Amino acid sequence: MNGRLALVFAVALVALAALAFAPFYLGRYQIGLLIGLTGYVTLASAWALFSGPTRYVSLATVAFFGIGAYTVAALNEVLPYPLVLAAAAAIGLAVALVVGLSTLRLAGVYFVIFTFGLAELVRQLVTWYEVNVTGTLGRYIFMSFGPEQIYWQLLALMTITLLISWWIGRNRLGLALKVIGDDEVVATHCGIDIARTKLALFALSAVIITLVGAIQAPRWTYVEPGIVFNPTLSFLTLIMALLGGANRLWGPALGAVPLFLLFEWLSARFPDHYSIILGLLFILIVFVLPGGVAAFAERTFGQRKPDPQTYGAESALSRDTADARR
Amino acid sequence: MLEPIGGRRAPFLLLSTIALAALAIWPADSAAQERSSVKIGYAVSKTGVNAGGAGITTIPNYQLWIDNVKKAGGLEMPDGSRLPIELIEYDDRSSAEEVVRAVERLAAQDEVDFILPPWGTGFNLAVAPLFDRYGYPQLAVSAVTDKAPDFVERWPRSFWFLGGGADYTDALANLLVNAREAGTIGDKVAMVSVADGFGIDLVTAARESFAEADIEVVYDKTYPVGTTDFSPMVNEASGTEADSFVAFSYPPDTFALTQQAQVSGYNPKVFYLGVGVGFPAYGEENPAAEGVMSLGGIDPTNEANRDYRRRHHELTGQGPDYWGSVITYASLEMLQEAIKRVGLDREAVSRELSTGTFQTVLGETKLENNQLRNLWWAGQWQNGVFVGIAPPDRPGAATPRLPKTPWKN
Amino acid sequence: MLTTAIIAGLVLGGTYALVAMGLTLQYGIARIMNLAYGETMIAAAFAAFVLKNALGLNPMAGLLLVVPAGFAFGYAIYGVMMRPLVARAGDRSALEIDSILATFGLLFVIQGVLLVLFGSNYMSYSYLNIPVSILGANIAANRLLALGLALTIGLTLYGLLRYTRWGTAIRAVAVAPQSAVLVGIDVNRAARFAFALGGALAAAGGVVISMYQTFTATSGVTFTMKALIVVIMGGVGNLLGALSAGLILGMVETFVATYLEPGLTLAATYAIFLALLLWRPQGLFGKATR
Repeated sequence: MNGRLALVFAVALVALAALAFAPFYLGRYQIGLLIGLTGYVTLASAWALFSGPTRYVSLATVAFFGIGAYTVAALNEVLPYPLVLAAAAAIGLAVALVVGLSTLRLAGVYFVIFTFGLAELVRQLVTWYEVNVTGTLGRYIFMSFGPEQIYWQLLALMTITLLISWWIGRNRLGLALKVIGDDEVVATHCGIDIARTKLALFALSAVIITLVGAIQAPRWTYVEPGIVFNPTLSFLTLIMALLGGANRLWGPALGAVPLFLLFEWLSARFPDHYSIILGLLFILIVFVLPGGVAAFAERTFGQRKPDPQTYGAESALSRDTADARR
Repeated sequence: MLEPIGGRRAPFLLLSTIALAALAIWPADSAAQERSSVKIGYAVSKTGVNAGGAGITTIPNYQLWIDNVKKAGGLEMPDGSRLPIELIEYDDRSSAEEVVRAVERLAAQDEVDFILPPWGTGFNLAVAPLFDRYGYPQLAVSAVTDKAPDFVERWPRSFWFLGGGADYTDALANLLVNAREAGTIGDKVAMVSVADGFGIDLVTAARESFAEADIEVVYDKTYPVGTTDFSPMVNEASGTEADSFVAFSYPPDTFALTQQAQVSGYNPKVFYLGVGVGFPAYGEENPAAEGVMSLGGIDPTNEANRDYRRRHHELTGQGPDYWGSVITYASLEMLQEAIKRVGLDREAVSRELSTGTFQTVLGETKLENNQLRNLWWAGQWQNGVFVGIAPPDRPGAATPRLPKTPWKN
Repeated sequence: MLTTAIIAGLVLGGTYALVAMGLTLQYGIARIMNLAYGETMIAAAFAAFVLKNALGLNPMAGLLLVVPAGFAFGYAIYGVMMRPLVARAGDRSALEIDSILATFGLLFVIQGVLLVLFGSNYMSYSYLNIPVSILGANIAANRLLALGLALTIGLTLYGLLRYTRWGTAIRAVAVAPQSAVLVGIDVNRAARFAFALGGALAAAGGVVISMYQTFTATSGVTFTMKALIVVIMGGVGNLLGALSAGLILGMVETFVATYLEPGLTLAATYAIFLALLLWRPQGLFGKATR
């Protein structure tokens, strides 16, 4: 580990510590904000984990998020909490594997629509099951822990997600993925097992998303399919990741944080004109920041201090990543 | 171009700066000052899937009430002085996470004096723990739940105004039994319901109510939210021997079911649908609605209610619906009156709401165990007004007109 | 019972087909993934509602006003918003991402304007809700109108695209925009025209649907999604495919509701759609490569 890397880690660690202690000196509402922020950063990062390098635009986010939330709602009175989370992750994994095995050969917009259809299918099946088998719709989650605990769990999950994302970016898997994203034929020739690589990543991303849903569910007390399978979530995640730049480690976070705060500010300041302003901003962003915020930040800030010491495999990889902007 | 590590770190630094700056400049707690206004806040679905419901039952009545208070010179305090309302409103965008955070914001950040509840059973439950933790009375109107007594125990400052599913279905079963005894209808019912909290709650309750009343359910199907074509269900129901058709439906379904029944020439003697029948657009100036039944209703002889409906129309350009709207408004009048009696102390206001008797647009209103029980459990369109018909012994109850007049084609 | 189910299914499918054909033009030919498609329909539905209530204009006459307006709107949007994106995009996937983001913004703008103008209420009026008896089945005239319109528009446009010089040019743009330039086709103009035509079809769909479906300012996205499913099933850019896929989807829903269980109609729709995607990712009538 070289010195600069150590420095980055040190800074990140300090930031993480500051975030972890934040609940002790912030008000309840700010904790709520942090929950939203960490939740969306995690979702967007997890989404980008798979969709960034492979260029598979997935709208299945809410399917897994909802599965996580519903598992907690269904099991919270039966199992101890850690087991509930484990069960949620396991179910998310199982669904992801089944879906992944059957769909990852689809490409382009077909995959987009498929994943959207999947989210709706899961919602319809859960509804049908609840109505016909359990005879009720809507479940209660009465858990004793407060927003701080939810926040800490999300923060931990976010850290893990970013670490995984960083780790993948540095090792062979990341390179393999990038080749797949560029050209699947070339990837095959390089001896990359495309199907297995994609599947592994899809499952990983899905499990993280499932856990976000599971961790957030106790905030709502009451859960029904219409609430947890709200397709807006898939769109927001996608937009945040794309806005930030799905191929950068910090890209999704750079999209999620400002967008989330913007939504919050708009819905408070202009509750009646929120949609219009949001839409206009969106269009503006597409035209002004075509490469995503991360690429923009690198262009603006990154070049100021070029550092000749950082040649080597690492920078070659990051250059590739930079070129792969779409 | 070579990417220096500094370049990779830049986004992270930028990100941290943005986040910290945002948290730092986020509106700081307003300092306590001499009271010159009463802060009232609410978070309600102005956009998203719930906007349709909130847009008819909740938002216009909040506006009407606030306008009314403004015209009166403000909220009256126990000492007779009046304080203007300072309003803070958020859009929860029909998302559970948003509504929770918005209410936290109202309570912890804006430190409002009172919070008006969001629209919908699910959202009222989602925010109930927060109202409770921060000590706000929760006047949950647009929430139908049989569990209200449990909730009152769990959250003692919560108030439930719209009854539970069993209340409505018991009343319906009772109506059907009376009609059966009068020889108007047989004892078979065809029933459909929307696969959503509301529809399932009611249909589950209805199965029990009907079983107790020896009413046979010959067709009982549930359809998903978003269904647009009801011809298969109406055709199936029309193929049964049922004299009564019952649908626990949502507004788009209610309108579509009505149109489908007209097209299919399906004329059951009892035609009972869910949310949407009580909308003015359904039956005012629409003779075809004559005889259609649903939840809710009004007492047409109640002068205060008539006046309320007129004012609602003047301010918002639309009439109120015949079920939740007037109750929403009455709950706000109760809050206003409670503040007048005991001031802005939330604990005292909650106690007053729980024990006091109030004059509202509903007439004399008093809660029992934090619940409004004096409600119209069923109503029927009669001559362009959706009148309450059950409970039949309640003053002002109209007599059900059965069988429903056939559709005119 | 069987004939009733078939006819009801076809009529429902007519609505789906009508909704989907504009999108298939926009996506297949202009290459814009228009997420604001449903909002365009809802705007047209509101226009029909206003024309009827304020001016007493019946929705059929409203069609004559709203459809050209939809065309003009599509034409303007393409010129102002999409053209720069197309010019900027290096490849198809870049354009796809950009157009998804941009039209997502447009979706919010249209929805926001509708919310400000009309509020979030349920809108509903009834027009031509009179039974027409076909083989013993009573069908609402307004829904029959949707089917008729879908068939007319679908077959007419198909004929035009297939058998006219103009249509050949448009199809060339859909298949190979780069090569089309080489043979002297104005790609930009063709794409713009196709996008505008899609806008006109969306407007027509919106007006017809407003005759029998309750709508709100925020219900556009459900139409977009239904349309997308039909478009993908039928094969992108394929009008006859969209028509057939719409009809099939309608039949499936009606049959499931009649013979199986109304609670599973939407689940069945999605299941069939997903199965079809896996079996024939290029759509029912799409070619093996696109």
